[in-house]
Amino acid sequence: MNALSRCLCSYWSSSIGKKLVVALTGLALVLFLAGHLTGNLLVFVGQKAFNDYAELLHHALHGAGVWIARIGLLSCVTLHIVATIQLTRENKAARTPYAFDATIQAPKSSRIMIWSGLTILAFVIYHLLHFTVRAGNTYDTYVDAAHLANTGLTRHDAWKMVIDGFSVWYVVAFYVIAMTLLCSHLSHGVASMFQTLGLRSKKSRPMIAAISKGYALLIWLGFISIPLAILVFGFGK
Amino acid sequence: MSKQLNLTLKVWRQDSKESAGRIETYPANNIPEEASFLEMLDIVNEGLIVQGKEPIHFDHDCREGICGSCSLTINGIPHGKDRGVTTCQLHMRKFTNGDTIWIEPFRAKAFPIVRDLIVDRSAFDRIIASGGYIDVRTGSAVDANSLPIPKADADSAFDAAACIGCGACVASCKNASAMLFVSAKVSHLGHLPQGQPEREKRVLAMVRQMDAEGFGNCTNQYECEAACPKEISADHIARMNRDFAKAAAKEALV
Amino acid sequence: MSFILDSKVPAGPLDQKWSKHKMDSKLINPANKRKYTIIVVGSGLAGGAAAATLAELGYQVKCFCYQDSPRRAHSIAAQGGINAAKNYRNDGDSTFRLFYDTLKGGDFRSREANVYRLAEVSTAIIDQCVAQGVPFAREYGGLLDNRSFGGAQVSRTFYARGQTGQQLLIGCYQALEKEIHKGGVKMFPRTEMLDLVLVDGQAKGIVVRDLNTGKISSHAADAVLLATGGYGNVFFLSTNAMGCNVTAAWRAAKKGALFANPCYTQIHPTCIPVSGEYQSKLTLMSESLRNDGRVWAPRTRELAEKIRKGQLSPNDIAEDDRDYYLERKYPSFGNLAPRDISSRAAKEACDDGRGVAPTGLGVYLDFRDAIKRLGEDTIRARYGNLFQMYEKIAGEDPYTRPMMIYPAVHYTMGGLWVDYNLMSNIPGLHVLGEANFSDHGANRLGASALMQGLADGYFVAPTTVANYLATQKPGTVTTDHPEFKKAEAEINARTAQMLAIGGKRTVDSFHRDLGKIIWDKCGMERSAEGLHQALKEIPAIREEFWSNVRIPGSGAGANMELEKAGRVADFLEFGELMCHDALNREESCGGHFRAEHQYTESDPEVQAGKTQPGEAKRHDDTFAYVAAWQFTGAGNAPILHKEPLTFETLKPSVRSYA
Repeated sequence: MNALSRCLCSYWSSSIGKKLVVALTGLALVLFLAGHLTGNLLVFVGQKAFNDYAELLHHALHGAGVWIARIGLLSCVTLHIVATIQLTRENKAARTPYAFDATIQAPKSSRIMIWSGLTILAFVIYHLLHFTVRAGNTYDTYVDAAHLANTGLTRHDAWKMVIDGFSVWYVVAFYVIAMTLLCSHLSHGVASMFQTLGLRSKKSRPMIAAISKGYALLIWLGFISIPLAILVFGFGK
Repeated sequence: MSKQLNLTLKVWRQDSKESAGRIETYPANNIPEEASFLEMLDIVNEGLIVQGKEPIHFDHDCREGICGSCSLTINGIPHGKDRGVTTCQLHMRKFTNGDTIWIEPFRAKAFPIVRDLIVDRSAFDRIIASGGYIDVRTGSAVDANSLPIPKADADSAFDAAACIGCGACVASCKNASAMLFVSAKVSHLGHLPQGQPEREKRVLAMVRQMDAEGFGNCTNQYECEAACPKEISADHIARMNRDFAKAAAKEALV
Repeated sequence: MSFILDSKVPAGPLDQKWSKHKMDSKLINPANKRKYTIIVVGSGLAGGAAAATLAELGYQVKCFCYQDSPRRAHSIAAQGGINAAKNYRNDGDSTFRLFYDTLKGGDFRSREANVYRLAEVSTAIIDQCVAQGVPFAREYGGLLDNRSFGGAQVSRTFYARGQTGQQLLIGCYQALEKEIHKGGVKMFPRTEMLDLVLVDGQAKGIVVRDLNTGKISSHAADAVLLATGGYGNVFFLSTNAMGCNVTAAWRAAKKGALFANPCYTQIHPTCIPVSGEYQSKLTLMSESLRNDGRVWAPRTRELAEKIRKGQLSPNDIAEDDRDYYLERKYPSFGNLAPRDISSRAAKEACDDGRGVAPTGLGVYLDFRDAIKRLGEDTIRARYGNLFQMYEKIAGEDPYTRPMMIYPAVHYTMGGLWVDYNLMSNIPGLHVLGEANFSDHGANRLGASALMQGLADGYFVAPTTVANYLATQKPGTVTTDHPEFKKAEAEINARTAQMLAIGGKRTVDSFHRDLGKIIWDKCGMERSAEGLHQALKEIPAIREEFWSNVRIPGSGAGANMELEKAGRVADFLEFGELMCHDALNREESCGGHFRAEHQYTESDPEVQAGKTQPGEAKRHDDTFAYVAAWQFTGAGNAPILHKEPLTFETLKPSVRSYA
């Protein structure tokens, strides 16, 4: 353990090392997003599929799976945020401002990373309160009626929760804004991950840029498709 | 007679490291468009001296884009908006009559201002001193052709070695990061077989010195690459990241 | 009192002199080396290499440069390459041939033994640089590439694109930084040497000004090495960096060091022509361009005039109306003729009214045929960066329109006199690189300056300095010595005097006036009449300078006008010495061309077909000597001392490139 902690310390104490932490935790979160989206899209398959999926998540490893995932994600998010806030503070301290400020090529998305990131954090907290903790709503009381009828077992009706949750216009508005910022965050973040992990080269450069933009777009379209389908096209009603 | 320009300059003036700076306005009249940007400042300075005023101090030497001395941020962009040139290679024909031009020093906490537009870039020297070399004693080298180096490697090494150490990368970076400068050296020596024995030691030492000098971190915006007068690629930064990750792990674990 | 100088060249056969000298040289034991302090002024190829190597050997080194970092010394601007007698091309090269070419290239006005040593150590330089990681050009097999360069018929030039000087200097700078980190070298950037301090007639330290704070301070040492480059900026417009100056060498000369052959200056044939009064410097286009470019001027004045007026484009000029004058006059070397010869030929064409730039001072360097033969891509790969540089400055595309070029001051062969140990006549004062006079005679061949700087810095001085140090007890002189106080007081008084003038003219305006006189009268062609005139005009400018210059600000803190003023004041004294030397040398040789001394139809050498009318005519019987001048006070005639040049191996012959 001594050697390992020394290794971690030497990463954490250097600028590149800290960025590696950001990249690796970012990678985990990016992969999580893909999984989360895939699961979410089951909404379109139907109530049963979606609620089966929700049940699976909660019962994997006898219920431990979801907690392992939550702890893992929480640590990733924490490390990601702490490291980026520290880096941002260092960056602010390293710079003296220009009277005439100009930017040559850096896209807007790359310059608002800390703000898009913090907004996403705010959203995640809201999102957890909304659908996971289910604070200030009655979603906890939703029971999957079809399942009860078929099996005689009670389980939470996650599908209905999603439909009801996204039937409120301001919830959808906030959700779409947050997803747009997430898209912006990813379009710079995914490519940056490759750069920080040292996987970018002259030849892979355009491919990585395309992957990054494509992935961000995919995540954006995927996530906003659900609330828009519900609110605008009345899906699930 | 060649075309002449009349311009307005907004110039950062600062008497010494300790004193506060300010922007001052100067007219620059009858500037021939063939003149370089620094020659334009020469003309303005001649006028100031004759009027009994203090000339604008700026760093310059070779005036052919290779020494890396000149260091002006012109309208917010180090060396001006023309790509692949230093300030001394920027010619006035790139400006239009009546333009207002903002001229500031290369700004970064790690580059304290000496006077007006002159900054102290000795942090770069200390980074090189920390490990940016191949330790070879004079006279101990083997025959130059005893170690063939694939042309592609030699060319990549050269691309990185073309760095002139001007500091435009730091000045253009929103975080005043020196990653492009440091990675260019790490990559130059890391591409060559002669540089292998010290490769890990070098990247660790140089990155640590870079951090100690108070430069910011890379946020992968590549402003540095765009501002670099030698158009050094930010791919070298990726390479350095990889080298550092490996070396730090090896240092701690092996 | 004039005397004959002893070059201390070792006896014995030419090819064994250096080995024998190394064997006979004193050694200092490692434990004692660290007790010696050596001052190195200048951090270019010669100074940087010497400082790093001496520190590696164990000496305590203090290195000074006026730039903000040792990496910015002007060696960095050398484009073309560095010669070495490696014979990797198997094209008949050898140490002897490099020696022969260099000696002949210098028009038999250099010291034979020094030139041979230079050729001998050339190969070790390449080994050293490659080991340091200098990314020289390579072939696909992974081995080093070579190219031919002006004045040589073999391919012995190693290069790193068009930035060889930069890459060599970075190698050297990294070695220097390594020693700084280890504590062997203490570096003083942005520090300018303003005086040499002698104690009992020996060089024991320097007085410097910190260019950031204005502070004057003293540094004592057991030996002083000057590697401060050349004096090309005496011409105001040159390819040198703005800060290049003669100050360190000149202040040493004022303390008694002899200045040798100051009139030997190299005018480089391929520079971008002058375009206006505002111009601050001239830009060199690498000589390597002459490998593929063809130099020409219109055959008639009428055509040239039409081009100047913009009525004709150079591309419209028919083949028969183009005078490829280098190919015509020097068929076997053609466009690769040495620099002095190519420059003079360009001047000749322009003096004849056939020049092409708007000022009439320009000829063409044309790549049309090379592009036709090799394709634009090949030319782009070879010279892309140079073409781009040309386009930025001249605003014309050299791929479609021939480049305009004109000669400009580039290098100075003259410098402080040194013996075989690179020590001047002042014991302890060693001079390296362009700052000394020893290896290039009256003209330097392309790709030889980098070679000499590194030879002196890496290999010669670190060996020979021990011969002097071994006679000295280390650390005997400190800055408490009254000589240091005296020198500091003099510097302070001089600064105060300059600042107090409060006149009407800027430093640059004086410099420009001086440069014009030197260029017109002591430039590519000199005559007794012009030189006499210059000797009247320069003191007048100097006098006005000291009564009418305006230097704003004070001596405290950074003051670039004060820095420039100190340098220009030295040029105003030094320029006069150049003219004295040019006037004294009643012959033409290399870069020194006296209008009165050229071959004519009536000369037997011309009739025998060995040379042509108009070529430089040497007088070996009366001028085969180094002219080393002793300063006797500003405005006073300097005293000439001679070092006779003896040629044991090669008999001086007519230098023909026909």
